[in-house]
Amino acid sequence: MNKWQDNRAWFLVMPVFLIVAFSAIIPLMMVVDASVHDISGPGNRVFVGAEWFKEVLGDRRLHDALRRQLTFSGLVLLIEIPLGVAIALAMPRRGWGVSVTLLVLALPLLIPWNVIGTIWNLFTRPDIGLLGVLLNGLGIQFDPTAAPLDAWITVMLMDVWHWTPLVALLAYAGLRAIPDAYYLAARIDGASAWAVFRYIQLPKMRGVLMIAVLLRFMDSFVIYAEPFVLTGGGPGDSTTFLSTYLVKLAGGQSDLGPAAALALIYFLIALAVCFAFYRALQNVGSGDQR
Amino acid sequence: MRPRKGTIGLILYLLLLLLPIYWMFNMSLRTNADILNEFALYPADPTFANYIKIFTDPAWYSGYINSITYVAMNVLISLSVALPAAYAFSRYRFLGDKHMFFWLLTNRMAPPAVFLLPFLQLYSTFGLIDTHIAVALAHTLFNVPLAVWILEGFMSGVPREIDETAYLDGYGFPRFFLTIFLPLIRSGIGVTAFFCFMFSWVELLLARTLTDTVANPIAATMTRAVGATGLDWGLLAAAGMLTIVPGALVIWFVRNYMAKGLALGRV
Repeated sequence: MNKWQDNRAWFLVMPVFLIVAFSAIIPLMMVVDASVHDISGPGNRVFVGAEWFKEVLGDRRLHDALRRQLTFSGLVLLIEIPLGVAIALAMPRRGWGVSVTLLVLALPLLIPWNVIGTIWNLFTRPDIGLLGVLLNGLGIQFDPTAAPLDAWITVMLMDVWHWTPLVALLAYAGLRAIPDAYYLAARIDGASAWAVFRYIQLPKMRGVLMIAVLLRFMDSFVIYAEPFVLTGGGPGDSTTFLSTYLVKLAGGQSDLGPAAALALIYFLIALAVCFAFYRALQNVGSGDQR
Repeated sequence: MRPRKGTIGLILYLLLLLLPIYWMFNMSLRTNADILNEFALYPADPTFANYIKIFTDPAWYSGYINSITYVAMNVLISLSVALPAAYAFSRYRFLGDKHMFFWLLTNRMAPPAVFLLPFLQLYSTFGLIDTHIAVALAHTLFNVPLAVWILEGFMSGVPREIDETAYLDGYGFPRFFLTIFLPLIRSGIGVTAFFCFMFSWVELLLARTLTDTVANPIAATMTRAVGATGLDWGLLAAAGMLTIVPGALVIWFVRNYMAKGLALGRV
């Protein structure tokens, strides 16, 4: 399918270009500017080159935050993608059950992110939360505000609760696109449920699952509000992720240099991963999918 | 065909999904003293005091109005700039089109925390701090790329013969686009509006930082639950419950298109 070649199409793209330039390019340039200067007051700025980058890259707390971030994003993908697919497979294909299921699934996605943190705070607190009180009542010590492991479990639970529905909805959209004739043919051939999944459903879901992986990786990589409300990055630094650390760093000092340098490094990491996924997505699109 | 085991599992999962929300609902119907004194699975003596307090105090309910205002602005801006651009990407090959598309995508993926400080500086230069339009503009950072992405998927599903026929019939681009093409993809536009609404509604880090008193979103208002006597859990829960309502209403309208829209029209 060949598109028309016409550079005048740029006129149609111009508004988007301008508005995103205003909210992306200019701010990014400002970050670059701040990252190479030492600004100790108005009119008092010194060019320091890569000084801040060296300082930030050698920062142990950044290494820890990055390690936690990668662990978190990896776990998110490992748990949410298979779980989401399983839910999509169990969803009804027609009838009133579809509407109800879709409605309930989408609910967590429409809740403001800080309220997500509040919900889970209310739910897991050892004094008033359902989960916290129940677990402690069973004799299991559980306190996300004091024990790092409990805080991690709570943050993971919260994210799985919050975002698995997205994966399920995507996988469901992929499943719905499979014509009934495929299933009929499989039944005539006597294919097992596993064979249907492996050779019909999974290949047909490949495109949407790539989108799911991309969205889930990126959104978990920039997570801020939910763990911040829930744990404040603590106890200690145990649930401090990259965004949490960046905001802490930016808020704690008058000099924006280190925070700007960190912001750039952070952005570059996100960009690199984004590029890898984008290439993968393009390959999926050019395959036999459509 | 499908074993009942799956259905039972699904019902259990949906109930678990609702449980934390139910717990917040439970708390929103109780007074703070009641919550702290006694652990109860359901409100024995339900009271609407928390909700009444929110609806009668302008400092509380203005947060909701502010949020809805900037979200609506954002949806309008995002859609109006993204529609022509998505058409260009779906129909034409032009200089730098692939690079442009990737660059847009990167903005959807950029960590909002990175843009926090420059936004503050930039918007104070233009005198935009603490206005609704500032938040609406800041949210275009991730919503415009998303809108282009989704709309492009829907538009590519419309055969190009329609465009060609219309142009042969003597339609100019603006007339064709507005009177023929847009009605064809109206479900796509609805879905896109839904996603712009969703991501602008749930984002609060930027919304909170760029506002002060006049255009404060609900998030900032919710910190008001921290009073002199400590945190009022009941009030906090009621405020949280109210933030779920607009989303639930919107979901109801787009439920049939939601899954396809999430897949960016590419199923």
